Amino acid sequence: MKVFFAFVKKEFWHVIRDKRSLIILIGLPIVMMLLFGFALTSEVKNSNIAILDFSKDAATKTLVDRIDQSQYFTVNKYLHSENEIEGVFRKGEVRLVLIFPQNFENDLSKDKKKQVRLVADASDPNTANITINYASAIIRDYQNEVNENKKLPYAIEMETRMLYNPQLKSSYNFVPGVMTLIMMLLGAMMTSVSIVKEKEMGTMEILLVSPMKPIMVLISKAVPYMVLCFLDIILILLMAVYILDMPIQGSLVLLLAESLLFIITTLSLGLLISVNVNSQQVAMFISLVALLMPSLIFSGFMFPIENMPLPLQVMSNLIPTKWYYSIVKAIMVKGLAFEYVVKQTLILVAMTVFFLTVAIKKFKINLEV
Amino acid sequence: MSSISINNITKTYEKGKVLALDNISLEVKSGELFGLIGPDGAGKTTLFRILTTLLVADKGQATVAGLDVVKNLWDIRKIVGYMPGKFSLYQDLSIEENLNFFATVFNTTVEENFHLIEDIYVQIEPFKKRLAGKLSGGMKQKLALCCALIHQPKVLFLDEPTTGVDPVSRKEFWDMLDRLKERGITILVSTPYMDEASRCDRIALIQKGKILDIDTLENIISKNTQLLLAVKGEERFRLLNDIRAYEDTLTCFAFGEENHVVLKSGTEKVDFLSKYLADKKHKGVEIKPIEPNIEDTFIKLMLESENAQ
Repeated sequence: MKVFFAFVKKEFWHVIRDKRSLIILIGLPIVMMLLFGFALTSEVKNSNIAILDFSKDAATKTLVDRIDQSQYFTVNKYLHSENEIEGVFRKGEVRLVLIFPQNFENDLSKDKKKQVRLVADASDPNTANITINYASAIIRDYQNEVNENKKLPYAIEMETRMLYNPQLKSSYNFVPGVMTLIMMLLGAMMTSVSIVKEKEMGTMEILLVSPMKPIMVLISKAVPYMVLCFLDIILILLMAVYILDMPIQGSLVLLLAESLLFIITTLSLGLLISVNVNSQQVAMFISLVALLMPSLIFSGFMFPIENMPLPLQVMSNLIPTKWYYSIVKAIMVKGLAFEYVVKQTLILVAMTVFFLTVAIKKFKINLEV
Repeated sequence: MSSISINNITKTYEKGKVLALDNISLEVKSGELFGLIGPDGAGKTTLFRILTTLLVADKGQATVAGLDVVKNLWDIRKIVGYMPGKFSLYQDLSIEENLNFFATVFNTTVEENFHLIEDIYVQIEPFKKRLAGKLSGGMKQKLALCCALIHQPKVLFLDEPTTGVDPVSRKEFWDMLDRLKERGITILVSTPYMDEASRCDRIALIQKGKILDIDTLENIISKNTQLLLAVKGEERFRLLNDIRAYEDTLTCFAFGEENHVVLKSGTEKVDFLSKYLADKKHKGVEIKPIEPNIEDTFIKLMLESENAQ
């Protein structure tokens, strides 16, 4: 036990004295949270919209005002003919053009059907969709108001509710994603690099010629990084709650416990890498390319897994991040209890046991290759 | 009683392609300071790693303090001290921290065995807060020796401890080994420097995985009965080539300013050699018979071993 604590103490010295790893450990979560929170947002705000109004009456004016006042749009251009539409899109001045036909108010009051046209720049399909939806919603609202006094024989009224995330905040999606990615990166990479460093520096040679059992070496190397990763989780959660206003709906204890499990999963992956390679560069390369890329793609954080071809969907089940991401979303966003994440938890436990067993089996008690 | 016993050890790398140790046998007596002397690539480090349980021999067996290096692996790891050839302490930890860490790893404390390292440690103590990576070569070696000694090992393995260390520190280092020997610790030390052989009780000359000879330095040299000439001249490089081209020359190697020459005919026809060199217009030529040293002897044994193959 004394040996273990001496080892942990030594490991903390390594981390504290190596500015690079310290920056990665503390800086990375902060930078990623701030980036995703304030810079890289998928929310659409203040999109430029151009108006081509052939009626210029009270109704179109009201509508344009409403659109301009909403947080989603800024009316930045009035067009005068259809020929100008191409031009503003080409220059990238607007994302959307709204076209009112002639006699808009007149015809509307006479119960005639009137069309408005929405033209969007779909070179970015997601944004195009979102802006169209927002604009349609504003127009629909207006229509409902106009119709209020009249009795329509058949009308389907829609009432939509956005569950779990009524304000459609993107932080509900990326906070779990960032937690997943950072744990994968730090847990696997830092552990594997730190063990391989002992091999590269030759200190492993001395540790091997000591009464210390190999499994103790592995555990003592992993524990400090477990603590550091756990601190990172707490740091991320604090930032999520106090800076990004994202509440934790479910049980905090459950969330932390599941995070600890996932940290152990990534650490065992790191151990597995480290017993198989002999240079820090290879360890770093494997953790970045072979771990981070699939984690990014298959976690469901950026790309919905349901939309992938079947072989990729099957493959995604092998990636630990997918399960942790779904656990975090369930607890943090939906506020679900443990019974809803039992399956994911068991899968993570099984993966951890597998990685650890292989790592310990493959750990060499000497320098034989 | 022998402290290290090596019987017919053979070790190959890369699935038998590279022969590192070729059927080696060796005994080191208890309390002996034993030197393993040979050039780089001779197999010294491989032998050290087999004895410290880091590698497993293909054939043969070895014991350290009566324990088998394969069967009693964990017992051996408790009682040996090992200092690898490459500096292998934590560069980002200070002298003090390194020492404390290794003491704890070996289930002891610095205080408990301080008497063993005291006279070495006092030399580096003024710098105890300095990071190991920032120490000079000589101080690094002293720290590494302290770390290898801190658990009071029965057998000490030092793999090229003086490589890359200045001559003064080298001498100090060997003085320290003498004092450790007085405490009854068996020491196996390897070195590529032939001049350090005189500091060992006995030495083994090793070359290309084969042991050329095992004995005291004096005996090894006295067994060398070759008649050696030292030849000096003004144009050193041309002189070396001309002597090598001379029909009566057996071997000729440069040693500093001199060429050490063995003639096929012994020392009887020295006059012919000086006439040959005079014909080649060499100036300031001096020829005198000398006693062979350890390096001459090593070269002789090495050539004999190569010819035997």
